[in-house]
Amino acid sequence: MSKKIRLMQGNEACVEGAIAAGMKFYAGYPITPSTEIAELSAEKLPKIGGKFIQMEDEIAGMAAAIGASLTGLKSMTATSGPGFSLKQENIGYAAITEIPVVIVDVQRAGPSTGQPTSPSQGDMMQAKWGTHGDHPVIALCPSSVKETFDLTIRSFNLAEKYRMPVLLMMDEVIGHMREKVEIPDASDIEIIDRKRPTCSKEEYLPYKPEANLVPLMADFGAGYRYHVTGLVHDETGFPSNSTEIANDLVRRLVDKIEVNKEDIISWEEENTEDADIIIFAYGCVARAAKTAIKLLREKGIKVGLFRPITIWPFPEERLIELSKKTKMIIAPEMNLGQMVLEVERLCNKHTKIERLNKVNGEIIYPEEIIAKIEGVL
Amino acid sequence: MPSQLVDQYFRADKLPQIWCPGCGHGIITRAITVAIEQLGLDPDKVCVVSGIGCSSRAPGYLDFNTLHTTHGRALAFATGIKLANPELKVIVIMGDGDATAIGGNHFIHTCRRNIDLTAIIFNNNIYGMTGGQYSPLTPKFDKGTTAPYGNIDRTFDICDLAAAAGATYVGRGTSYHANVVTSLVKKGIMNEGFSLIEAISGCPTYYGRKNKKGGPVDMMQWQKDNAVTVTAAEKMTPEQLEGKFLIGEFKNKPEPEYTKEYQNIINNLQGRDV
Amino acid sequence: MKNEGLKANEVDYGKLIINADWCKGCGICTAFCPTKAIVLKNEKVTIADIDKCTQCGLCELRCPDYAIYVGRKKNEQKD
Ligand SMILES: Cc1ncc(C[n+]2csc(CCOP(=O)(O)OP(=O)(O)O)c2C)c(N)n1
Ligand code: SF4
Ligand code: SF4
Ligand code: SF4
Ligand SMILES: [Mg+2]
Repeated sequence: MSKKIRLMQGNEACVEGAIAAGMKFYAGYPITPSTEIAELSAEKLPKIGGKFIQMEDEIAGMAAAIGASLTGLKSMTATSGPGFSLKQENIGYAAITEIPVVIVDVQRAGPSTGQPTSPSQGDMMQAKWGTHGDHPVIALCPSSVKETFDLTIRSFNLAEKYRMPVLLMMDEVIGHMREKVEIPDASDIEIIDRKRPTCSKEEYLPYKPEANLVPLMADFGAGYRYHVTGLVHDETGFPSNSTEIANDLVRRLVDKIEVNKEDIISWEEENTEDADIIIFAYGCVARAAKTAIKLLREKGIKVGLFRPITIWPFPEERLIELSKKTKMIIAPEMNLGQMVLEVERLCNKHTKIERLNKVNGEIIYPEEIIAKIEGVL
Repeated sequence: MPSQLVDQYFRADKLPQIWCPGCGHGIITRAITVAIEQLGLDPDKVCVVSGIGCSSRAPGYLDFNTLHTTHGRALAFATGIKLANPELKVIVIMGDGDATAIGGNHFIHTCRRNIDLTAIIFNNNIYGMTGGQYSPLTPKFDKGTTAPYGNIDRTFDICDLAAAAGATYVGRGTSYHANVVTSLVKKGIMNEGFSLIEAISGCPTYYGRKNKKGGPVDMMQWQKDNAVTVTAAEKMTPEQLEGKFLIGEFKNKPEPEYTKEYQNIINNLQGRDV
Repeated sequence: MKNEGLKANEVDYGKLIINADWCKGCGICTAFCPTKAIVLKNEKVTIADIDKCTQCGLCELRCPDYAIYVGRKKNEQKD
């Protein structure tokens, strides 16, 4: 069977990926530059028996998506800067109640209304710390349209597998650029569904973890009649005042990611084997980095790329390994230095780290990376 | 065993509730379960959603699919549940602050959408859970911990607000008139659309104490003395109605329901495309 | 005849069943009992005169803590 190849926008690839992953519910509120995700979901979902609803604000969009997931539907919401801020409280709710949901943030320049149509990577730390309290985070970051398709599917799979909110951190460039996407046959796409209980209603403990630390999840309406609360709760799902239970719960939520890190973490490397200099870049900046590497190598400067695909959890071990073999890491980012904090924390002892930051709403160009590297050599 | 009602619809092992002695919330919670019993709803298909507050603790005691969400957001969560699975009967329990302050925007938009949810607001005229701060339902000049010199905010009339925003079934009862609450909730659940029932509750611990309204019994007595049924009010003069409040059914005007309308879109598209 | 369905903390007074453990002593049931069949003693509801009780159910309707209810469970009433 011939593969479908289509020219599409990143935001469209996100919706195609979501539908391929089994999305049946979308709730959100329009905001540039993510709006196409809502528009396309509104068009496509009812055609496949799914549901779309435009809520009164992003808080409600987040809440409705979580509610829908509780009945068993795979659900998503998408937003940008100001809307991402509004969603934070309920992202924490999904984390503590362990309800799978995918949140897309097509990053634009902030703070506040900032530059609505300009790209940014300003929300990378918000992805990690945006909601209050200690909590698990999975955040993925695509750097092409095709990868947006793939990572949206992966976001749903991870959300279902680990019962938690998963963040897809796009940016305005990736959201609006057009590229060819080869859409695989449905049979070639790996789809993961949450594990549901098969035991009797009496035996079901909604928050008793399996070996991978993830509890089984029953759909509301399937006959298990359990309680879900954002308060600290025990295995039965009911609130508890026990300090021991609080400690165990918060640690398990975070450990859920920690012990399954190998399954979750992914990154891309290019020309790192012989590299004297490594460019640490993600999202649309990684594209400029690739061009810069090509041009610098033509000049005989050995440069490689390390591109985290899972921003959280961060691919720590591999980056540390590489930093021991390299003279310098340069970290271009469309923010004033967010992920570089991780790079510095992990690699300071082993190599020199240089920042390259831009917050004027423009992308980072290959020439700027080249100039930076040539300047520090 | 506890009474048959409690046995059947409550999680009796979680009782008694955390609420203070004489808190009206327990009475209203029971009145809701009586409505569910009288309608013979399948508990597996009933979902009770709440926000945050004393009132919002109610679902934890009820043996259905129960969801205790975030402050003010219960209706938004419930909207997701209902649209995702219209087979479920979704009941929403909120406090007056929960529903009309932080959740005010969700409240008016849920009314407007006319999605088939039945919401019950436990109105005790105060923020109970956080210790007695004034709410959008604290009467003018009454006191709260954040209104030590008397509240100068004007209040909402929850039922007028709901009706104006488009709720298709609206009524008011009190904890004293628990049977009225039951019959309104019953009709609210039967209404295919958004139903809003305001249940006047008493918070003796904070509202009562701060405003010298006496204890639980005095607060119930006040409800008894000042509530006037809609039918009785028709025969009363404005002077006689001074200082009184109305209870009963205020609006019952069915209109097309949201999840049904959405299903029509799906059916039309699938009829055409498939 | 013994009411087998009772919990350890419930007492069956024939017309009424009281669970003193759940009673928080708010006084609502006693204040609005039309016949004054029940009374508060040491912050718990107790029977004043069970003969006066008409099983009207108002105490059960308004008890915030479900600590008092009328009659026996239907299946136990048969014997
Ligand atoms: C976002 C947020 N803001 C504030 C609070 C604190 N808070 C908890 S309950 C509550 C008010 C509760 O009052 P009401 O909704 O009237 O319910 P009641 O306790 O009176 O039944 C407040 C302000 C919170 N939990 N979350
Ligand atoms: S504080 Fe008020 S509302 Fe809360 S349980 Fe006590 S009496 Fe009820
Ligand atoms: S059933 Fe009626 S008469 Fe009997 S104790 Fe209760 S309120 Fe009084
Ligand atoms: S109403 Fe209930 S809690 Fe209050 S005194 Fe009577 S039995 Fe006790
Ligand atoms: Mg209140």
